Amino acid sequence: MKSIWIIAKRELNSFFDSLIAYILLVVFLGISGFFTWLYGSDIFFVGQATLQPFFSIAYWTLFFFIPALTMRMLAEEKKSGTLELLLTKSISDWQVVLGKFTAVLMLIVIALLLTLPYYFTIASLGPIDHGAVWLGYFGMILMSMTFISIGLFASSITNNQIVSFLLSLFVGVFFLIIFDVLAGSFTGETGQFFSYLSLATHYDSISRGVVDSKDVIYFLSITFFGLLLAESILSKRNIAD
Amino acid sequence: MSIIVENLTKKYGSQRAVDNISFEVKTGEIVGFLGPNGAGKTTTMKIITCFMAPSDGDVKVGGNSIHNNQELIKKKIGYLPENNPLYYDMQILDYLRFVAELQGVPKSKIESRIIEMVRLTGLNDEKHKKIGELSKGYKQRVGLAQAMIHDPEILILDEPTTGLDPNQIVEIRKLIRELGREKTVILSTHILPEVEATCDRILIINKGKIVADGTSEILKKQAQGEEVLRVQILEASSKDEIINALQGLESVSLVDPIKESENSFIINSTPGVSSRKDIFKLCVNKNWILSEMTPIETKLEDIFRQLTTN
Repeated sequence: MKSIWIIAKRELNSFFDSLIAYILLVVFLGISGFFTWLYGSDIFFVGQATLQPFFSIAYWTLFFFIPALTMRMLAEEKKSGTLELLLTKSISDWQVVLGKFTAVLMLIVIALLLTLPYYFTIASLGPIDHGAVWLGYFGMILMSMTFISIGLFASSITNNQIVSFLLSLFVGVFFLIIFDVLAGSFTGETGQFFSYLSLATHYDSISRGVVDSKDVIYFLSITFFGLLLAESILSKRNIAD
Repeated sequence: MSIIVENLTKKYGSQRAVDNISFEVKTGEIVGFLGPNGAGKTTTMKIITCFMAPSDGDVKVGGNSIHNNQELIKKKIGYLPENNPLYYDMQILDYLRFVAELQGVPKSKIESRIIEMVRLTGLNDEKHKKIGELSKGYKQRVGLAQAMIHDPEILILDEPTTGLDPNQIVEIRKLIRELGREKTVILSTHILPEVEATCDRILIINKGKIVADGTSEILKKQAQGEEVLRVQILEASSKDEIINALQGLESVSLVDPIKESENSFIINSTPGVSSRKDIFKLCVNKNWILSEMTPIETKLEDIFRQLTTN
């Protein structure tokens, strides 16, 4: 547990040292603020005290931002050889993967915390469904966890950051769009299967204010599976052939 | 803490990078790995440090096998990998703190260990710089500092003196010598005088196999077999007279005059016998002046070349 935190702390510091964190926060707040307040189907256009416009834009912003954060995580360490330095310290491969996962998740949580003023402002404008807002944030975090684990997996199989970035977008697109489209074009069990795989199905039901353990399990199991893959790829070097 | 390597093999595809090697390093011993590029030195080190699993065989570090006690072993080892990878965007002090925390140095001791390492490796003036801003030699020192920060019982150093200037090389060798009094050290290098200067024992590896194992004296003796002398004799009437007289000695097997130098000869003794006394007596009897008599030693370079070519 302690080792995970030591790694996460280092990664977080390096985010904030290298401007990545500031750029992410500014752009994330800028884009989501712009579409929540000023443009398109914004709050004033909808005419309701709801954070729904914010969530639907943050959903897409995070989809692009998370791969940008995770792409270097393992790929760069492999390329520069620091992975060898790290893995010959008294820690396990799991601790390395979980440490990096924690660091990105914390940065995303910081970004989401900084959008709380949106919530307070809207709440003061009219009656707001508080439950839906908190569940919306909860759904955001679950979705981020999924994308982070996919990103870490993508970063573990290559030492090229661009490949890692594109690969995690590619995998992400399946969960975000393609399974959804397939679910629409098939009927019966196949349709249901794809609908179950689609991230949108589960995210929508959470953001509508219904928490079903099925949805939570869905997010957590993809997260676990992504991290498991990343860990097994890291430890492949350590398996006798 | 001892290291026992048993029948270690590592295959990359069909190529055997390490081919069934076994050796033992005792506590407090400094062992030098010598070998041409691609001989399997680095692979062996990677296996001992638990970065890589062997295809076959076992390594026991202080009685613990790399197959089931990795985290315990990793804690005991300080490792400087090849090419010295470091986080270039971190400050030296932050980096050393990070490594100390990972290696489980107690919180109360971390700061004092960092100060000691910075002093020991001469990084004091640079300690607030980012690692990426340092010159190669200073980076190497950071690499050494991080390897030693948790006061490990075993140090594994893959080419520790590359990129250092001659003064630093002397310092680092001295440091390794000092550390080697209590710790077990394995280092690899291409620089032959370095092994002679720092190591108690030499392992020469070629094509994944150990081709020589012993102290530099033992290796030299093995390679040499017979005594070879360079001798200069003055005030003799002719060169042939000297050659004939020398050949007449029982302990001399071969006399070879040196062309460039007047009255100088290379003399091979009969195996197992020293001819020095006889040559001296001969000169006294004949009233010649013996102006030079130097034993010619086989250099480590020669042994290395002999064992690793062909």
